[in-house]
Amino acid sequence: MAKVLVVTSGKGGVGKTTSTAALGAALAQQGEKVVVVDFDVGLRNLDLIMGAERRVVFDLINVVQGVAKLSQALIRDKRLENLWLLPASQTRDKDALTDEGVRLVIEDLRTKFDWVLCDSPAGIERGATLAMRYADEAVIVANPEVSSVRDADRIIGMLDSKTAKAEKGEQVKKHVLITRYDTGRATRGEMLNIDDILEILATPLLGIIPESQDVLRASNVGSPVTLNNAASTPARAYADAARRLNGESVAMIVPAERKSFMGRLLGRRAA
Amino acid sequence: MDTQVEPQRQLVRLRGRSYVAFVFSPSMPIAGWLEEIDATLARSPGFFIGRPIVLDLSSVDLSPHGVAHLVSSLETRSIRVLGIEGMDANLLDTRLPPVLTGGRHCAVEQIEPKTVEVKPPPPAASLLLESPVRSGQRIVFVEGDVTVLGSVGSGAEIVAGGSIHVYGTLRGRAMAGINGNSAARIYCQKIEAELLAIDGYYQTAEDIGETLRRRPAQAWLDGDVMRITPLS
Repeated sequence: MAKVLVVTSGKGGVGKTTSTAALGAALAQQGEKVVVVDFDVGLRNLDLIMGAERRVVFDLINVVQGVAKLSQALIRDKRLENLWLLPASQTRDKDALTDEGVRLVIEDLRTKFDWVLCDSPAGIERGATLAMRYADEAVIVANPEVSSVRDADRIIGMLDSKTAKAEKGEQVKKHVLITRYDTGRATRGEMLNIDDILEILATPLLGIIPESQDVLRASNVGSPVTLNNAASTPARAYADAARRLNGESVAMIVPAERKSFMGRLLGRRAA
Repeated sequence: MDTQVEPQRQLVRLRGRSYVAFVFSPSMPIAGWLEEIDATLARSPGFFIGRPIVLDLSSVDLSPHGVAHLVSSLETRSIRVLGIEGMDANLLDTRLPPVLTGGRHCAVEQIEPKTVEVKPPPPAASLLLESPVRSGQRIVFVEGDVTVLGSVGSGAEIVAGGSIHVYGTLRGRAMAGINGNSAARIYCQKIEAELLAIDGYYQTAEDIGETLRRRPAQAWLDGDVMRITPLS
């Protein structure tokens, strides 16, 4: 049975698109047939992160409006044959999405894939509500800072009230993914720590992605971080999160601060 | 052969039936009387539509032309005259409504829709919320107390006519006793509230002492002063 998962956050710039690409690629590496769908109509990015921007012909809006068939708009990843992308339109805006059109596309995708990952736009307006509308599960991406956590709380409230599942009296299964986590700064009290965030959001934790240059490096070359450097700490954290999505129980690793011997020496000298 | 079929004669049956009609008795001057009618229509437009109206002209002295003018003036007000009383039929134009005789008085029942008394359901004394109240959600319950089994997020708002109980962290805004209930209180397991209000008296996060923060606390009104005290 296919699962529709929305990656959302409320706040912009916390890593929704990066996480969609990384989780999608990790699930595909684990043998699942995955499609990542860009709902950020007008400000599409997922095609760049996936490295497919030069192969976009038709997009989600074309399919929603019946101009193109779904098979014409789907782009297969060059690295993983069971990973696909459904890009957004850059020339339109969110008003081009209709509830009925989105429902039909999602229903169609359900029959073709194991996982449908919807990359939500920021905000709480039409684009974001339609991205979460037909989801079975949700990954709420949050950075360890108060504004992001409060927006995440707001989005969780919407997942519990505005989705098709909520309207049927069911629940969207929710997971919190903490990104850009810096243990050092959290222990120094410059960031919210994990317990604070989970206490506020009262939602199970899916994973903790450390702040890392590897993430930026991967998106610059148009590759999900889990494919670009699978051995890096963020890639391993995303791979663990993907296994948890698949129901495996994987021990949660709070990323440790890595300091070189020299760094420790210098740090001590400076103190 | 010449047979002719006699068409069967249809018997015309005449039956009597009586109706209750409104009787208009115009008085002089007619223009003034019409103004009265207009005033009635302004209060309840369409009141005379579809109702039988009879004009009793016995108390006014009108020429046949005047009668025709009166009937047409009523017609412009959507009042159709069924018949005329108190005039000599020979004087009137045949295009006017017929002259009636033998009318009897009767009481006119006021037809008014019966007001069905809707009994409000017995007011629920309290509202129980079993899940956390998320940022951006607003819970309004003026009838009584609100109890939350969970936290109230930053940016969420609880408005209650009675007291507010939060079995979790109160990070948002809580307004109790909004209908002037100064005995209402706010209780929470952990206070990190943005704003607390009881019966219009309020304190913001800045006013809440740092020593109280993150502790179980209650807020209540002591006359004109809101007190926030730790719970045990």
